[in-house]
Amino acid sequence: MAEKIRGAEILLRALADEGVEFIFGYPGGAVLHIYDEIFKQEKVKHILVRHEQGATHAADGYARATGKPGVVLVTSGPGATNCVTGIATAYMDSIPMVVLTGQVPKHLIGNDAFQEVDNVGITRPCVKHNFMVESVEDLAITIKKAFHVATTGRPGPVVVDIPKDITADVAEYHYPDKIEMRSYKPVTRGHPGQIKRAVDLILSAKKPMIYSGGGVVLDDAAEQLIEFTRLLGYPITQTLMGLGAYPAEDPQNLQMLGMHGTYEANMAMHQCDVLIAIGARFDDRVTGKLEQFCPHAKIIHIDIDPASISKNVAVDIPIVGSVSNVLSEMNKLIRASGFEPLDLEKDAWWQQINKWRAIDCMRYDRNSEIIKPQYVIEELSRLTGGDAFITSDVGQHQMWAAQYYKFNKPRRWINSGGLGTMGFGVPAAMGVQLAYPDELVCCISGEASLVMCIQELSTCLQYDLPIKIISLNNRYMGMVRQWQEFFYDRRYSHSYMDALPDFVKLAESFGHVGMRVEKTADVTGALEEALGMKDRLVLMDIVTDQTENVYPMIAAGKGHNEMDLPPGVDVERELS
Amino acid sequence: MRHIISILLENEAGALSRVAGLFSARNYNIESLTVAPTEDPTMSRMTLVTSGSDATIEQIQKQLNKLIDVIKLTDLNEVRHIERELMLVKTRATGQLREEIKRLVDIFRGRIIDVTDTTYTIELTGSGKKLDAFLEALDSKAIIEVVRTGITGIARGENALKL
Repeated sequence: MAEKIRGAEILLRALADEGVEFIFGYPGGAVLHIYDEIFKQEKVKHILVRHEQGATHAADGYARATGKPGVVLVTSGPGATNCVTGIATAYMDSIPMVVLTGQVPKHLIGNDAFQEVDNVGITRPCVKHNFMVESVEDLAITIKKAFHVATTGRPGPVVVDIPKDITADVAEYHYPDKIEMRSYKPVTRGHPGQIKRAVDLILSAKKPMIYSGGGVVLDDAAEQLIEFTRLLGYPITQTLMGLGAYPAEDPQNLQMLGMHGTYEANMAMHQCDVLIAIGARFDDRVTGKLEQFCPHAKIIHIDIDPASISKNVAVDIPIVGSVSNVLSEMNKLIRASGFEPLDLEKDAWWQQINKWRAIDCMRYDRNSEIIKPQYVIEELSRLTGGDAFITSDVGQHQMWAAQYYKFNKPRRWINSGGLGTMGFGVPAAMGVQLAYPDELVCCISGEASLVMCIQELSTCLQYDLPIKIISLNNRYMGMVRQWQEFFYDRRYSHSYMDALPDFVKLAESFGHVGMRVEKTADVTGALEEALGMKDRLVLMDIVTDQTENVYPMIAAGKGHNEMDLPPGVDVERELS
Repeated sequence: MRHIISILLENEAGALSRVAGLFSARNYNIESLTVAPTEDPTMSRMTLVTSGSDATIEQIQKQLNKLIDVIKLTDLNEVRHIERELMLVKTRATGQLREEIKRLVDIFRGRIIDVTDTTYTIELTGSGKKLDAFLEALDSKAIIEVVRTGITGIARGENALKL
């Protein structure tokens, strides 16, 4: 008979057996037994954040960069509720995460005890699944189930609520290698008949379009996607979440689509006759007006989540399965067919696309003395060869990062796409830097988002995380201001950032390096200087053009063929 | 269109709230919902009546299947099936109403299961429509209280929802 040990020790041993490197957490009453156990062991490293939201985003960033589940540990009540935004962020982008929350002892549950909250109830709508551990004997198996559910199928966050008494109770420790759940069996292999039908349709297309999403990144299927796209010679566009899965600088890449996508990507969507959706979920920011979405196309949709298929857009050939499996099978069939990839110069569809592309929809004033935000990102992309890890917050700077940074590899672009969580960037960058201590990790932010999780600069100091924060400071909540300019007759209601701190001093007071950049001519030198400080966190406060807007833009409720291009671009004239 | 969806789910604390929460979060209709353990105490069987377009019903089924606690489900509309609901009705039963209601109960093959000087309590099972018809046939002024269990259903013949 094995020795009986306390629940807290069972938990730590289970995490170690699961291969967990880091726990992002914050202690409190309900988790003190667990923290005591953390103190006694060395296998799992605990990272002390400064706010529980930061813990969830850091674990999330770690998961996005590595593909491994991020782990969070917080106390009951406010510790748990502070995690909700981070859990919902991970849920919307299908990020594998296990969040361990303390709970008051079992006999107090329901008594409105100190720091009690119904955490299973509160998180239920924004988790893939959650558990309340009922007894110490169930603890290890519940942890196993949590990791299994979080990391398989369509990944997502799983919450495990652990009453305090269970961490003090004793039981034998058994951690299963594998687990079977009769109610959870995700399908990974695509149906061969559907794959065959889809390939027949793909090969018969005259105006094909590949539309790939975050599912390709999550499934580490970039290699299969690149082979697929090159075997066909078809144009490809990616969603915000899919950037990097196909090299940005490849000529077949039409870049991002949707609300702030390129003219060529959106026009090709509108006119294509076969659309191949791969690990993407037809989000409203991608589709625009549904009635006008790909009006001429037969649609193939590959997704691991059956509920994503025909949710927003009815598809002609659905394939449920992992993207890597289905694309591998398709690539075999395409190779066997002897199909000749389209010629990017001679093919009629490509000739049309090349005309759209020649519009250069992302042009901006490169001679401006006031710093253009796009220029900062382009320079960063050039100086880092498109190979840095880039996290972002939410708003205009996020869209410019997506548009102007050339992501050539997957898992380099880390942003809150689905939930759009301001404050995500800095803690996410911490998680990435911990996973890859020798790599360059940049957080592209804005002065409004940046202060939402600014307290994590302390965490960065404590653990020597030399992230580079590039804050595009336009003294506005830029995206809100842009919508108010376009749709509210320039009534800039509460979108102005008044009483901003001195960001240089702020960085310095946290023990880091602060820099302020005010002229276009200084941008490159300042970036080089900051990137050169390999062992220091640098916060760059870059004063940018207050009035710059994100273009192209499809207004909410409009179709892909109804884009607004930067001022001065006349499509009719340029295409004729 | 109205659909009857039968669901086998893990008999876990909170499984019911996951289903109910899903319906409110995604703005789906629930007309009725019944749930109880099966012959296997680790599983519950739920019968859910909902309505919506074909696309909505397809989404409802997919979203239900996505819940980790859901083991298996079937849309009874897709197979030949029987539906039943149990109703208890308390009525006034005085004067000539006493005989009138007794006759009506016989016609609908119900049973009077509790009698006082002034009231009857009637038990009636059948499809939802039959129960509706009985209530319509009753003098509405006579009705004191109505309790319905919600629809439960099962496929005809060899068809079965089991592991």
